[in-house]
Amino acid sequence: MFLSFFYFIRAKGLDVSLNEWMTLMDALDRGLAHSSLTSFYHLCRSILIKSESDYDKLDLCFAEYFEGIETPEDLPEKFWKWLAEDEEERDINDKEVMDSFQLEFEQLMKRFRDRIEEQKEKHSGGNYWIGTGGTSTQGRGGYNPAGIRVGGYSRHRSAVQIAGERNFRDFREDTILDIRQFQMAFRKLRQYSSRIDTAKTELDIDATVDETCDNAGMLKIVYDKPRRNTVKVLLLIDSDGSMQIFSGLCNRLFQALRKSNHFKDLKTYYFHNCIYQDLYTTPRCRLDDSVKTEWALRALDSEYKVIFVGDAAMAPSELYRKGGNAYVGMYNDELGIEWLNKFKRKFKKQIWLNPNKECEWDSMYGAQSCEAIREVFPMFELSLDGLEKGIRKLLVK
Amino acid sequence: MKKFTGSSDYVATEELMNAVNVAMALEKPLLIKGEPGTGKTMLAESISDALDKDLIVWSIKSTTKAQDGLYVYDTVQRLYDSQFGEGDVADIKKYIKLGKLGEAFTADEQTVLLIDEIDKADLEFPNDLLWELDRMEFYIHETKETVKTKNRPIVIITSNAEKELPDAFLRRCIFHYIEFPDEEKMREIVRVHYGDIDKKLVDDAVKAFYEIREMDALQKKPSTSELLDWLQALMISGTDTDELSEKMPFIGVLLKKNQDIDVMKEIKEKGYTLKAW
Repeated sequence: MFLSFFYFIRAKGLDVSLNEWMTLMDALDRGLAHSSLTSFYHLCRSILIKSESDYDKLDLCFAEYFEGIETPEDLPEKFWKWLAEDEEERDINDKEVMDSFQLEFEQLMKRFRDRIEEQKEKHSGGNYWIGTGGTSTQGRGGYNPAGIRVGGYSRHRSAVQIAGERNFRDFREDTILDIRQFQMAFRKLRQYSSRIDTAKTELDIDATVDETCDNAGMLKIVYDKPRRNTVKVLLLIDSDGSMQIFSGLCNRLFQALRKSNHFKDLKTYYFHNCIYQDLYTTPRCRLDDSVKTEWALRALDSEYKVIFVGDAAMAPSELYRKGGNAYVGMYNDELGIEWLNKFKRKFKKQIWLNPNKECEWDSMYGAQSCEAIREVFPMFELSLDGLEKGIRKLLVK
Repeated sequence: MKKFTGSSDYVATEELMNAVNVAMALEKPLLIKGEPGTGKTMLAESISDALDKDLIVWSIKSTTKAQDGLYVYDTVQRLYDSQFGEGDVADIKKYIKLGKLGEAFTADEQTVLLIDEIDKADLEFPNDLLWELDRMEFYIHETKETVKTKNRPIVIITSNAEKELPDAFLRRCIFHYIEFPDEEKMREIVRVHYGDIDKKLVDDAVKAFYEIREMDALQKKPSTSELLDWLQALMISGTDTDELSEKMPFIGVLLKKNQDIDVMKEIKEKGYTLKAW
């Protein structure tokens, strides 16, 4: 019966499957929504939504779809309160009560509308506002993106209102390539070796058979060390500047790498446009949080797989001129391209991931520097496909 | 059917109770996510308490395999036994040991099964359990037996979001995200744990606690369980509650990282208030 709502939320980008929808229908049949919109909202949220980052999307959908619809759940509460305050009993349909309620409701509406106007002026572009006038007789009020809705005395806030508050805004992330897809790709970045220091815990079948035969058929069990991934990764991320628009994508890549606990070691540094004498330990690229590039080149052994992430778009001077560093106040004695070549000489395997589409590399801003860097490192597009190709490159003996 | 309405020592929000009841009614696993210390694991204990059912805990580690939860066939023991002629080696059943999932399936009464920190395991782990959690049955190859559940257990799964869970798995779960409690809720939690505790102490401590949580400079924010420990330390030592947020006694109970404690020290030495920092 809510089929149009199903298509509505799918159209809004919530990936709800038919299975989940049938589960929701099943729940409704069992009366788990208690015929109230609030319960229905919670039911939808727990059955259809599988990540706190999607809570906000559902809130938006709900506010838009059920705008203006109120279930009578608040009303008995309000009337009950009136009845409790007044000594004489009044009929629920008493005209006077209805009128005074309407009147106050109108006043509240106006007041909140005014406040919302105010709010919009102060925070231009802000598109939500949470009412917290909880202490006064008005109770809480809320603003939902599609309209104004004021909650009255009720202790229960209505679903549309809760949705309108959008408490889960912070968790929202528009996932194009999600972390799991990256993680699945990084799983391929493995090289096994049993030459590590751990206890012998795995049954070595071949050796057991041999030993048992030598032992005249009496069972003799041989254990071996488990094989572990020996891949070490050095991740270098271009942050700030022209990379800002890709920050979400890079962030997911970074999260995926950090959560992939199968690497023996993962080191991450940041740079701005090109690598010079300093590598930064935070994406803010401040000199306070930096290490010397020379130190990193010395301290890390050549087995590290190096992954550069950057758009490789910069002015030619940043690669080919002394003092070409784009950061104001930073001077470099050695050319940017020289630093890149130092990495090439030191490490055995390295790739450069470019968040720009491969077909644009020759025509985009910075095509010249991109070309130059491609001569130093093999470059791949930062997409699932490109990443997989890059990882294969890193694993070639 | 009995409904979950929270228990005497666990404060659950209405949304959470709803989610639990929905999961129970639909016989689907309930996936709980949330910051560390928001009582994800406690929830299962509280459900088992409130509904008077046995709790079976399956704690997941990075090396845990899905098979471990179903059953383990102790081949080595059987080989040894056959060598030394001990016991009846023809009876394979003897060498099949049920895991936690198997235990929950075969229990005579309905149990609460907690699969704790599912994200610790390998990426494929949840996928390997799809069938078992869906149908609540599994097949033992060695004895050609199918273990079927007598009473579908109430399955609670917790995750710290260290790894992303696969879609197919998520689609089979009821999901709830536990938000960090606000000050009011926090006072209620404290009341549930310590009962008649000096009100002023609670007010001051909770206030200081939220001030600390708001500091961006901290690497690891303290959570509910740390606040409770801190309150206990304050109670036992009988510390004067005046200027609690300036002096911050027993800071080691709240903050677990050296850098964070150094930050607090610096604040104290310079005589800043937490807010100004």
